[in-house]
Amino acid sequence: MTTRLQSRARPESLLLNMGPSHPAMHGTIRVMLELDGERILNSEVEVGYLHRGFEKTCEHRTWFNLLIYTDRLNYVSPLINNLGYVMAVEKLLGLEIPERAQWIRVLMSELSRVSDHLTCLAAMAMECGAFTAFLYKMKAREFLWDVIEQTTGARMTTSYVRVGGVRADLHPDFEAAVRRGVDETRRVLKDVRGLLDKNTIFLGRTRDIAVMTPENAVSYGWTGPCLRSTGVAYDVRRAQPYLTYDRVAFDIPVGERGDNFDRYLVRMREMEQSLRIIEQCLKPLVRTSRAPAGLEPAEAIRAARDRKPEGPVRLSPNLEGSEKDVYPEIMASAKEAVIPPKEDAYTTIEGLIAHFKHFMKGHGLRPPKGEAYCAVEGGNGELGFYIVSDGSDRPYRLHLRAPCFHIVAALEELIRGRYVADVIPTFGSMNMIGGELDR
Amino acid sequence: MEKEIVLTALREAFPADVLETSVSLGDPVAVIRPAALAEVMTFLKKEPWNFTMLLDATCLDFPERPERFEMVYHVFALDGARRLRVKASLPGEGAAIASLTGLWKNADWLEREIFDMFGVGFPGHPDLQRLFMYDGFEGHPLRKDYPLRKRQPRLPMRPES
Amino acid sequence: MPGNFITSRLDAMLAWGRKFSLFHYPYVTACCGMEYMSAACAHFDIDRFGAGWTRFSPRQSDLLLVVGTVAQKLAPVLKTVYDQMTEPKWVIAFGACTVSGGIYDNYAVVQGIDRIIPVDIYIPGCPPRPEMVLDGLLKLQEKIKTQGQDWRWKKKSS
Repeated sequence: MTTRLQSRARPESLLLNMGPSHPAMHGTIRVMLELDGERILNSEVEVGYLHRGFEKTCEHRTWFNLLIYTDRLNYVSPLINNLGYVMAVEKLLGLEIPERAQWIRVLMSELSRVSDHLTCLAAMAMECGAFTAFLYKMKAREFLWDVIEQTTGARMTTSYVRVGGVRADLHPDFEAAVRRGVDETRRVLKDVRGLLDKNTIFLGRTRDIAVMTPENAVSYGWTGPCLRSTGVAYDVRRAQPYLTYDRVAFDIPVGERGDNFDRYLVRMREMEQSLRIIEQCLKPLVRTSRAPAGLEPAEAIRAARDRKPEGPVRLSPNLEGSEKDVYPEIMASAKEAVIPPKEDAYTTIEGLIAHFKHFMKGHGLRPPKGEAYCAVEGGNGELGFYIVSDGSDRPYRLHLRAPCFHIVAALEELIRGRYVADVIPTFGSMNMIGGELDR
Repeated sequence: MEKEIVLTALREAFPADVLETSVSLGDPVAVIRPAALAEVMTFLKKEPWNFTMLLDATCLDFPERPERFEMVYHVFALDGARRLRVKASLPGEGAAIASLTGLWKNADWLEREIFDMFGVGFPGHPDLQRLFMYDGFEGHPLRKDYPLRKRQPRLPMRPES
Repeated sequence: MPGNFITSRLDAMLAWGRKFSLFHYPYVTACCGMEYMSAACAHFDIDRFGAGWTRFSPRQSDLLLVVGTVAQKLAPVLKTVYDQMTEPKWVIAFGACTVSGGIYDNYAVVQGIDRIIPVDIYIPGCPPRPEMVLDGLLKLQEKIKTQGQDWRWKKKSS
């Protein structure tokens, strides 16, 4: 296939293909360059190598089941994608979320955001040659993922944020784990800043390279850290606060020049702000005591044959956190959207019927006919979900407004006139996530 | 209400082309005639409305309607974080709507994606090619009549690219 | 018979060398890439097992680690990369999408990379935990130890 670049290239220039199997772990994108020596005259970016048919698949899954596909969109910050989708559905349903669930969602979002920025900058630094920064940041990410795993059960693809609230309450030891994660991340950030911020080589590769003006960035539809690095202070959390973001104090770091180094610095500072938010979330979430575990499940089911069990029931480990006493705090009390707590489902007939009807084909979560667009601040920018419902149990159309789609659309313009070696830090600073770009 | 202000202004500026306006779940929505898209968008982008960012452009497919495709544009103004949704319905045969690449630069890729997935044409687009699917793919996947699990025949391996 | 004893000892020596110095080509596409990064980094090191060096060139690597979903558009590239690798080569299918298409059963995803290239070890999971990755790597090392090694003068007829 002669691409657009090949048909328009001058015959004397060299065509270089930075092919889809990219050594930089960004997923798959193909950048074809027309070179004059080392200088890039023109380029063409080809995407779609990770197109997994997300939007079409979601039209064939129920509103509840397609939650797992949203995890795999921006796979370094899966909880934020869950949140975006769930908030769009809740907007259609008009649900009110309990306050504890909102705080938990904010905590999980910020943990995800820090993981996202850590991964992005680690990959960017590694491709510039700073391998140590990569290893340090991966170490910090492990501590954050430990916190997420303790509560949600999975390190990455969690499907934790559900319509109506969150799946389970936080683990009883979450505070110690969060404090450990935050301390380790702070230590790592200090080390990496010492390694990279004033490093001649790193500055030489990123300062004044791929400068983006604010007007150009807005015309391309840039949002998130990349837009903030050009000087425009737009953050969805501040402009249209959702959940409890209006009750936490955080700054919006803004860059000056819009070059690669500013994109790096904005992300580093944003991580510090996110850690600040995480610490502020701890206070409303810490509980002093929980109700003690009660009957064994088999006994409770046996007892339910005669009468309703009075005391709490000890659930199996994978259901920990969703006991009946905490259920109203983590899930909205909307029968048409939220499954009943497990104790009710297993010991009362009404609970069993409600649970069964929720998962029966054609029944269950059926938002009213209409459409909704809901935007959250993802790791890359404004992550928007546009959903159209026709009243049935499957979405009619689910469209994702992917932030990095618009950011990568500007790549061709940013690298024109620069050297081949500049493509790497430019592309790394954009944080292209294939799952989100190609959907 | 301030969300109504821009809708009222739209109705006054384009009395024949704005078919209906509403505020749905907190978002102002305007349904317009597709022929007027370029003028409406230029009007919205300029002062005093300042919708300087095209957030998103997508398409909905209603095969049972005569106007099969419904284009949906989300525009955004940074001052005040104002949003607006603009919709236009297109017939199924020869669906085409003006390209917005002159106004916003990200319209380039957004329209390529819609062309790839739905088959809507964009006269005025500099280079309308498929974005996601491979060269040699037949059909437009996100249309409702394209089956989810359809397998296409294997193409021979190309020597280069 | 002494002849067989010598060749089996030579085989074992060659296998020992090959399995503890696997240069892998991380063909990373999607979410499993994050778990690959975790497995390769300090917490769950794969360097302990000799497989630490990533060679981003098919000519220099002997293990093709296909990580993450392979879309139909990407399939010819995968085949080309596999063909460019020199013998002996092994392939690990990392993650549910490479094993069988995973949760994506649609028009755009290859339902398992064994439709395109031969696979030695399948690591299921979405994404697999790094411990599973290490287990898969150890199983590959077992496999290398027990399979007959290809010698230069005896071409494999594949």
